[in-house]
Amino acid sequence: MDFPLFHLDWLNDRFLIAMIAIIHVIINHGLAVGFIPLVTWMEQKGVKNSPAMEITDLSWDQLAWKMMKVGFIITTTLGAMTGVGIWFSVALVSPASIGSLIRVFYWAWFAEWMVFVTEVVLIMIYFLTWENANKSLASKLRHIRFGWFLSIFSWITMAIIVSILGFMMDPGNWNTHHSLLNGFTNPIYIPQLLFRTPTAMVVGGVFGLMLITLFTERGALLRKNAIRSASVWILCWAPLSLAGAVYYYGVMPAVMTANMSTAVGTMDFSQYYDLLRYVIGGAMLLVVLLSVTGLVKSSLVRFPFALFCCLTVFGFLGIFERVREFIRKPYVIGGYMYSNLLKEEDYPLYKRDGILKYATYTSTPTVTAENKIAAGRNVFMLSCSRCHTTQGVNSIVYVFERMYGFGKPLDENSMAGYIPNMHNARTYMPPFPGNRDELHALVAYIKYVQQTGEVLEGAQTEGVIVNSMNDVNSARLLLEKQQQEKAARLVENDTTSVN
Amino acid sequence: MLHVLLATTPVPKDIPLDLPLPQWLLVTILVISFLAHIVFVNLMLGGSLLTLWAEIKGLKDKDYDKFAYETAKTITVNKSLAVVLGVAPLLSINTLYSVYFYSANALTGLMWISVIPLVTIAFLLTYLHKYSWHKLADNKPLHIAIIGAAVLIFLFIPLIFLVNINLMLFPEKWGTISGFLSALVLPNVFPRYLHFICASLGVTGLFIFWYTGRKNYPFESYYTHLTRYAIKKKAYSLTLAASGAQFLIGPVVLFTLPSKGLGWNLIAVIGAGAVIAIPAMIWIWKAINGPEERIDQHFGKVVLALSITVLFMGSGRQIYRANALAPHQQLMAAKTEEFRRLSAEARAHPQEESIALEIDTSLGDVAKGAALFKMNCSACHQKDAKLVGPPILEMVEIYRGKADQLKEWIRKPGKKRPDYPQMPAFGDRLSEDDLHELAKYILSVK
Repeated sequence: MDFPLFHLDWLNDRFLIAMIAIIHVIINHGLAVGFIPLVTWMEQKGVKNSPAMEITDLSWDQLAWKMMKVGFIITTTLGAMTGVGIWFSVALVSPASIGSLIRVFYWAWFAEWMVFVTEVVLIMIYFLTWENANKSLASKLRHIRFGWFLSIFSWITMAIIVSILGFMMDPGNWNTHHSLLNGFTNPIYIPQLLFRTPTAMVVGGVFGLMLITLFTERGALLRKNAIRSASVWILCWAPLSLAGAVYYYGVMPAVMTANMSTAVGTMDFSQYYDLLRYVIGGAMLLVVLLSVTGLVKSSLVRFPFALFCCLTVFGFLGIFERVREFIRKPYVIGGYMYSNLLKEEDYPLYKRDGILKYATYTSTPTVTAENKIAAGRNVFMLSCSRCHTTQGVNSIVYVFERMYGFGKPLDENSMAGYIPNMHNARTYMPPFPGNRDELHALVAYIKYVQQTGEVLEGAQTEGVIVNSMNDVNSARLLLEKQQQEKAARLVENDTTSVN
Repeated sequence: MLHVLLATTPVPKDIPLDLPLPQWLLVTILVISFLAHIVFVNLMLGGSLLTLWAEIKGLKDKDYDKFAYETAKTITVNKSLAVVLGVAPLLSINTLYSVYFYSANALTGLMWISVIPLVTIAFLLTYLHKYSWHKLADNKPLHIAIIGAAVLIFLFIPLIFLVNINLMLFPEKWGTISGFLSALVLPNVFPRYLHFICASLGVTGLFIFWYTGRKNYPFESYYTHLTRYAIKKKAYSLTLAASGAQFLIGPVVLFTLPSKGLGWNLIAVIGAGAVIAIPAMIWIWKAINGPEERIDQHFGKVVLALSITVLFMGSGRQIYRANALAPHQQLMAAKTEEFRRLSAEARAHPQEESIALEIDTSLGDVAKGAALFKMNCSACHQKDAKLVGPPILEMVEIYRGKADQLKEWIRKPGKKRPDYPQMPAFGDRLSEDDLHELAKYILSVK
């Protein structure tokens, strides 16, 4: 309503966020939270198994350092930038929601930031002082301590962010009491943390094992021992990860049901949910197979196999992240703001007067017979474009053709009959916000898009047209009126107090 | 001041939630955290420019190659701090200026999001450059090209940020912008950019002066003929030249700023900042031209004075922003208040959606039921084929003679078919009479 709307008509705006966020989660879990403790543990093992008169087993230490180098480079480049990228992309796609969230969670994010600064400083100390620390046993032991500190801070960063994410999934919170504490006490927080922690360790272990096969020579004793160590690491965490997954999986439908405006799961979700069961099982089986092979016959574990397992568990993490998206719908902020960025409380006004009238940017403040298609385009941009495209992923033509038949001309009356009721049938959809004229303009536009294949351009290429009802002149009149009213009220108060 | 806003200026509604902190405190956090961020950005950019220059010079003189290597090692540290310290000002500006900042982001959206991949690539290039120093020692052109590419990206990124931070100040321009390039050519983007580049060089000069002069830095074991003094003198000269240039660029920045944000408060703060820089420049001048052993004499004072200058300039930047946006913010507040009032009013008196049924009297007895069906059901059900739900003829088969069961289903549907979506309940939208008419119509279909 109040922002120029960035829109990617082929890729889909949500996909942009998802892509960046999933890369970030994979790096955070796989290369920081789960990987750094593995490296530190290996560094410690090197000291424990050092030959007499040496500080550490040098070739072993060198291997751990090389692994850390990969982790260091990736986390401080792609990892850090995708973290910022989540902010950038959400601000572009969903400005009203992130702008609201930050006014409530400023301190939570600020605290998260301070932990994060500490994490970055520690990772630089840990990696960049590694070689110097090998000069004496005391400095080596201090260095290992830094590794453990870093591991703890990486974990805290994750624990805080899971709470912020958890809050967003808990309905009703926003309207009753906005506090971060709800993020920690909501029913999904502990299951999430209990799942994410060991899973990160497993993913970190698989990634580490993959690096070991890359950095050591086949048949070398170093390789055999390192593969065995990583395998032990994975096997220790895998049962916990599985238990966490089962717990999380079991808690989900209850929370899910509570989130739904009507007590039914959607078709899409149940399909996805069934699939998830096989994905969890499959990924676990593969990981156990990899680590048992590593223990029993490490010569069979070679780079291509390890890489395959690593990519699979990365994919597994990505798929799991989708749970969040499903749970949140039809809201972006539970009970407060729908995923089209319109607030629930403003719906009666929009229903009465239409959304175009209150939009800051629209070429058509009202619907007329002449501007019907353009008005429909504006309505689409304001109420559908956050999740739907016209020609790309999840396109509006595709979703209607899926209902009414592919390739058949869409019927305006059917769509106009369906849209006002869709939120009852498809509970993940927000209700249509506009008035009747806007509904008819919208369906005319959808049909037009089907016929012409027109592409909807976002504000980043087309710019915006300012709604003449919401420009500076109307605001000035309004301000004068408000000031006069206030002055009149003051005079009135004065006279009453004199009397 | 109101007259400077053009008629086509949009006045959006603000996010109707209170700020998490008093405004003055948020502004303080914004200014200070931004300066901490930008100092490391300066060091990252200045450091990579210096590395590129020294490595090229190092083709002839090995000591400069060494200097380039030493400087390159600092880039990767400074760049990490630049990113992580950038988060606090980003959060703060998001909170304080949500509408302005996000609007500018969206209008330059493709370039704005490109910051993420571009910076990632530049960072990876700096690591590649640092860690391939010895491997590529025999292939200097390639090695120099790596840092050259990183430098090009580092030089471009500030433009994207400046365009955004500039565009957010001018809502009157939002309706005229189409894409990054049109926002880039707004006046005063390039003067501000030059100002930033010079600041980067000045800050980097001071950093190199300190870094080279550290007592525990084994300088003599690295270099053959370059002395600490020589490098420090060069670094100081860089700071002096860059800061001197600011005395020319600064006024240009000020004059190209649209007048709407100018005010005596701004001139006073900026002027004070400039005045404090003057003794620093005199100390540097004396150090460069004085005896070798006294080059360090005023370093602490120079850093202090220039830090105060930077603080004043950063505050001036915020004062301009506050001045420039104040009239528009006032209008936006009026708009927001009015919208909240209207919304509350509409909430208190919700409109009943009563739409007249289109009754086709030729259908006789089932006319009302047919009209109800058309309005409520036809989007998903048709006579003889599956649409969203099953066809009417199937319903007739199931419910023939069982109108009550059909009514019950419509009132509160269950779910029988796994491959069909859930049907919504109509119990609260259709009266008993409506349900009766509807069932009568459905069962009459042949």
